[in-house]
Amino acid sequence: MKKLMLGNAAVARGAYEAGVRVVSSYPGTPSTEITENIVKYDDIYVEWAPNEKVAAEVAIGASIAGGRAMSCMKHVGLNVMADSVFTVSYTGVNGGLVLCVADDQGMHSSQNEQDSRHYAKASKIMMLEPSDSSECKKFTKQAYSLSEEFDTPVFLRLSTRVSHSQSLVEEEERTEQPLKDYEKNPQKYVMMPGNAIHRHVVVEERMKKLAEFAETTELNSVEDNGSEIGVIASGIAYMYAKEALGDRVNYLKLGMIYPLPEKLIQDFAAKCCKVYVIEELDPFIEEHCKAIGIDVIGKDAFTLLGEYTPSMIKEAVLGEAPAEFEAIEENIPIRPPVMCAGCPHRGVFYVLKKLGLTVSGDIGCYTLGAAAPLQSIDTTICMGASVSAAHGMSKVRGAEFNKKLVSVIGDSTFMHSGITGLVDIVYNKGNNTIIILDNSITGMTGHQDNPTTGYTIRKEPTKQVNLITLCKSIGIEHVTVADPFDVKLFERIVKEETERDEPSVIIAQRPCALLPNMRKTYTGHCTITDKCKKCKMCMKLGCPAISLDGDAVKIDTTQCNGCGLCVNVCPFEAIEQED
Amino acid sequence: MNIMIVGVGGQGTLLASRILGNVAIKMDYDVKVSEVHGMSQRGGSVVTYVKYGEKVYSPIIDRGEADIILAFEILEAYRAMPYLKKGGKIIANTQQMNPMPVITGAMEYPKDIEKKLSERIDLQAVDALAAAKEAGNLKAVNVVLIGLLAKSTDTDKQIWLNTIKETVPEKLLDVNLKAFEIGYNM
Ligand SMILES: Cc1ncc(C[n+]2csc(CCOP(=O)(O)OP(=O)(O)O)c2C)c(N)n1
Repeated sequence: MKKLMLGNAAVARGAYEAGVRVVSSYPGTPSTEITENIVKYDDIYVEWAPNEKVAAEVAIGASIAGGRAMSCMKHVGLNVMADSVFTVSYTGVNGGLVLCVADDQGMHSSQNEQDSRHYAKASKIMMLEPSDSSECKKFTKQAYSLSEEFDTPVFLRLSTRVSHSQSLVEEEERTEQPLKDYEKNPQKYVMMPGNAIHRHVVVEERMKKLAEFAETTELNSVEDNGSEIGVIASGIAYMYAKEALGDRVNYLKLGMIYPLPEKLIQDFAAKCCKVYVIEELDPFIEEHCKAIGIDVIGKDAFTLLGEYTPSMIKEAVLGEAPAEFEAIEENIPIRPPVMCAGCPHRGVFYVLKKLGLTVSGDIGCYTLGAAAPLQSIDTTICMGASVSAAHGMSKVRGAEFNKKLVSVIGDSTFMHSGITGLVDIVYNKGNNTIIILDNSITGMTGHQDNPTTGYTIRKEPTKQVNLITLCKSIGIEHVTVADPFDVKLFERIVKEETERDEPSVIIAQRPCALLPNMRKTYTGHCTITDKCKKCKMCMKLGCPAISLDGDAVKIDTTQCNGCGLCVNVCPFEAIEQED
Repeated sequence: MNIMIVGVGGQGTLLASRILGNVAIKMDYDVKVSEVHGMSQRGGSVVTYVKYGEKVYSPIIDRGEADIILAFEILEAYRAMPYLKKGGKIIANTQQMNPMPVITGAMEYPKDIEKKLSERIDLQAVDALAAAKEAGNLKAVNVVLIGLLAKSTDTDKQIWLNTIKETVPEKLLDVNLKAFEIGYNM
């Protein structure tokens, strides 16, 4: 029976059916649900690693030791694991190794729109790209056989629309894969110069074989509809093209996008008068076509930015206008994402804004502290940068600037890559104040456990990293734990710690309001009483439940969860918290 | 059939699109459901697409191509209007939720949205929140709206009931079935 399945769930199913034994990942939209779905399969060991580099290395180790392994990440996660990836390309594998990387065209949930296909080329690793859920499963399984056949890691490239669309998938049985023998083989696995130099030769030979394979594999297929127009596409762009152009053009669908075929493309192009390459983001396939002397139309007709749509393709290729539609004639307010009602981060940013501090920010739900009305965060680059960049800021602007500067970083992000920045501060005599926003979970990506939560991905209790001892052990002498909803105390602590001529850490501790325990803790609603003087102090919190009704402040009971933060900031005791 | 489900992150639009998707498979259609996860789920505008038919390629719906738009909030219904096909229908919950630019006072919540919509397109506006209250749980708004959608599509009601039974947890089943009936008969 066919089942409706998310692309990510289908990749997980494919891994299961392929006999995968180990999956280690770090969450990141749109890749997270692959690993979350692996949890369904008891036969697979699965874990959240503290970051992508660790995750990749766990998978690499499992592969070298003879089992099939996987690691999944979002596009920027591949930057973090890149160091491991470039060298495992040289060692090759023992058990099959598949690295799933999900790009985020349109930046639904990311800080950049990088095109991960460049990594395949740069690291000389083969890359497959499915275009719906059924291919997600099929390609994942095939990736394992190819990995073992060609002795190479394999990238599976996904994108938001493939990862997060559901389509029909036929489930099959798992095929158990016996562990491959483990033999000591330093020439293959010890990448010191004397060995690596020989492995580089192997890599180049493998590339040749893969390029030949690309010419004949059924991963790449031609659909000849007798048209003069040809379209070369892969992944979701192929689906958009199919919908837009139907059988009015010929298609070369590329399921293997690195290395790309030459002859197959030349033969396809020879039968058409005009060839379009339809690919979101960078001209990766287009540049290859041009390099082998095929005159294709790509980025001259299509944008480098964001997602494509079928109507955009129809217009560019056939010159047909998109469907008519009713336009909205007025300017309507956008609805950007907001911190949830009851979010513990709100207390922190209320205080930081009040104190007028410069805030070196990071990535997580708390990045929303940059948005109105809290507007506290000054910078956000990538995971971990809040800590190290603040150190650079202080070094260039000096002690007085440093007294008005803090870093904010979530618990998961701190474990991912904040610790090393903090070590740098201690070692190089910085005296920054770092606020760890400990909401007891990885919030942004939908509640994954992490080393500070005390639970594994399978919800088994485990040792919990103690943030206080951790910070103290690397040489931070001033570590304070505070509840960000106790705004008066929190403000005093921030003032004291930023004044200090030594580095310090404040752990702002209060669990995410969406955690099951907190949903039980927060009951009832807050209500405004007639003591209200309309000073609108509570509105500075930017709580989605509090807004103006005429000139009176009202609290929307469908949104308020009774967290009580507004009660704490009201100067006139005009807000009451129901039990 | 192209159906677009819009609302505010946290309102349960995902459940609605999954139920609809499963109803469509039971009718032996090819189906694609495009969801939104991550950042935009945090109280922002959320859009999911459900497409079914003989063969579906693209999981997304372009402007001017939705047969039905099911809106969980009235401003989101308005925002989605350009996606409606000529002759299509919007089913909208009249509930208003203020977006942040309105809360901060930077902009006003647009006035008379229902009127503006019904002047231009086929609108069925309902108070799904009151209906959910009647069913016994404010959170059942999504199932009330699913009931309305079931009525508007050419489908067998029993398939919907079976799918809801398979999807919702046992202890919430009674409330949800009641909410579905209320929506179906609105
Ligand atoms: C290298 C990299 N990996 C993954 C992500 C996706 N991501 C963004 S923030 C985040 C974790 C947020 O958790 P936490 O720091 O605990 O903050 P919270 O969201 O709970 O406030 C993740 C996994 C990313 N942006 N970059």
